This record gives sequence, C-alpha cells and structure tokens, in this order.
Amino acid sequence: MHEMGIALQIAEIAKSAIPKTPEDLKIKAVNLRVGKLTAIVPDSLRFCFEIVVKNTPLDGAALNIEEVPIVAVCKECYAETIITDADFSCGKCKSGKLDIISGRELTVSSIEVADPEESETNKKKSKKK
Amino acid sequence: MEISVVRQVLDVNDTMSEENRQYFTQQGVYVFNLMSSPGSGKTTLLTKILMRLKPEIRAAVIVGDVCTTNDADRLAVTGVPVVQITTDDFGGDCHLAAHVIRKAAKELDLTDIDLLIVENIGNLVCPAEFSIGEDSKGVVLSITEGEDKPLKYPLMFRVCDVAILNKMDLVPYLDADPDLAVKNMLTVHPEMPVFKTSATKETGLDEFIDWLKAQMAKKAQAAK
Repeated sequence: MHEMGIALQIAEIAKSAIPKTPEDLKIKAVNLRVGKLTAIVPDSLRFCFEIVVKNTPLDGAALNIEEVPIVAVCKECYAETIITDADFSCGKCKSGKLDIISGRELTVSSIEVADPEESETNKKKSKKK
Repeated sequence: MEISVVRQVLDVNDTMSEENRQYFTQQGVYVFNLMSSPGSGKTTLLTKILMRLKPEIRAAVIVGDVCTTNDADRLAVTGVPVVQITTDDFGGDCHLAAHVIRKAAKELDLTDIDLLIVENIGNLVCPAEFSIGEDSKGVVLSITEGEDKPLKYPLMFRVCDVAILNKMDLVPYLDADPDLAVKNMLTVHPEMPVFKTSATKETGLDEFIDWLKAQMAKKAQAAK
C-alpha cells in the first residue's frame, strides 16, 4: 500500500547515483534487493516505479528485483534455517528462539548505465526523427 | 556498465527513527507503538488502559488516522494529552512515519511524560515496515478477525514485542478458536508474550499493563 512512496525513494537514490559526466547517460536498469520479510509487493512496486520515473533520467529503466530469502540462525543449536512460510522455528531443533539474519532487506544495490557510445547513437537517431 | 549503490531505501525513515529514539530517551520517555487492523478495538483498549495507568504513570498519546479526529475525542475522556495526526495532509498515508511522529511530539511537553503511546493507523501491513523511534511495538488482534491473520501478515507479528488478543468476551457468540489464534501468533513469533483481553468488559488488562510497566522499568534501569 506504500509502494508509491517506496518507488519515489528508489528513484531518488538511483538518480543521485547517476554519474554527472558524460551527460545524458541512459540508465538501463535499477537493481533492488527485497527481503521476503518485507511488506512489499514486487508487481505493485514495478508499476509505481514506471510511473514515478516518467520524464526523468530514469525513464524506461527496468526495475530488477532480487528476492532475498528469510534466513534465521537458531540461538540454541546455531543451525541456519531458511523460513519459507509463517513457521518461524529452527529446522533442526524446532526452537523458536531465532535471530533473523536476512529477509528484511530493501536496498538499491546498483544501477546499470548504457555505454556512452550506445547513448550517443540513440541520441543521433532520435535527432534524425 | 554497472554502478554499485547499496543504499537502504528506507534510510531516511530509519535515520530519523533513531534520532527520535535518542530524543525520547533523553527526555526519559518510554515509547510504545500500538498497531492493528482497523476496528480491532485499539482505541477502546487504550482508553481503558490509560484510566488504569493514572495517576501512577504520566502518559500521552499520539493517534493516527487517515481522516477524522474521532479517536482523539474518544481518548480525551481519559484526561491524558492527545495529539491527533490525520495523514490526509500527507497524501492519506497508510502508516505513521518517523518524521510525522517527530512533528507530533513537539506538541507535547515531554518533561511531564513517562509513557508515550502511539496508536498507529489501522493496517496490518505498512506500519510494520516503518520504525518511529519506539522502544517496543505491540499488535492487537481481535478474535472476530479470524484466527489465521498472523499467518497472513507474518511481518507484523514478527516485528512486534507483544500481542493482545482482544474482544475475548465475544468468543461464546462466534465460531472462532482463540487458542488457535494464539497458536498462530506463536508460530510466527514463538518468543512473543500474548495477552487475552476484553476492552469493553475490562478483562485481562492488568496482565498487559504489568508487562508494559516491566518494560518501562527495564529501560529506566538501563538509563541509570
């Protein structure tokens, strides 16, 4: 429900990461890591992202979402468990005393910039039109 | 060419939440973030709890809704200071963010306050994602909502430090199993204390209040 706000933040972070030179770099993609233990719906997020980047340097950039599994470490037997449903117990000893070590990520990991030559050709092409 | 960024999307909120936490701690205020779906009985529960906390604990409330000041009006009968936030001004936000809490807290004289309860916007999804600078988070589930809510919204029940199963007085009239509701909460968060209450019939409230007081005492002890 708050995907629009999140999309705006992602666009902000991605925009500030675009190198100043050369000018008019085309951004191909924004790569995002999203933990499974977040309240984010990837499809809604992509939809919102597409809207918020219209007429910005990120226009047309893909939003690649890498889902990060929920991983827990048992505080009693130290076994690692990947949590796949709502059952938050140790896969080995069934203890409920867990430390969640991943799954809450919501991180812009990188942006992908088109090669300057590629952008240049695109620009020339669009000028001809 | 790939350019590495690695920045938390909620950076801005997380930073401000940490600043809020430090500010509240300096002021000697314990902050409790109370969340639930709409209509779980948060406001009634809070009203009854506030009456029992007086005069021993000096409390204040920040209450969030998308529209109306109805909840603030209902809480006002307790005599504790209440600040109502309506997120309509922020685009009808579905949760209270850290910056909104900071602004609302400025309207309170915190020197006279021991406990600040934030009644978040009714929603089991978004508020779970946004820290506001609280010391602990609690979720209210009413038995009328269905026993499987914790399994459907695991993040909310996972991030909370305490849960309340409310409207227990209605159990005889419902085809609902409170034990199953508690079991589902504990599946998601086995270490979480769960209290069964009826806000309208005022049952189970003292057990929860004792828990809250113990948390406040722990914080006060740590500050010494």
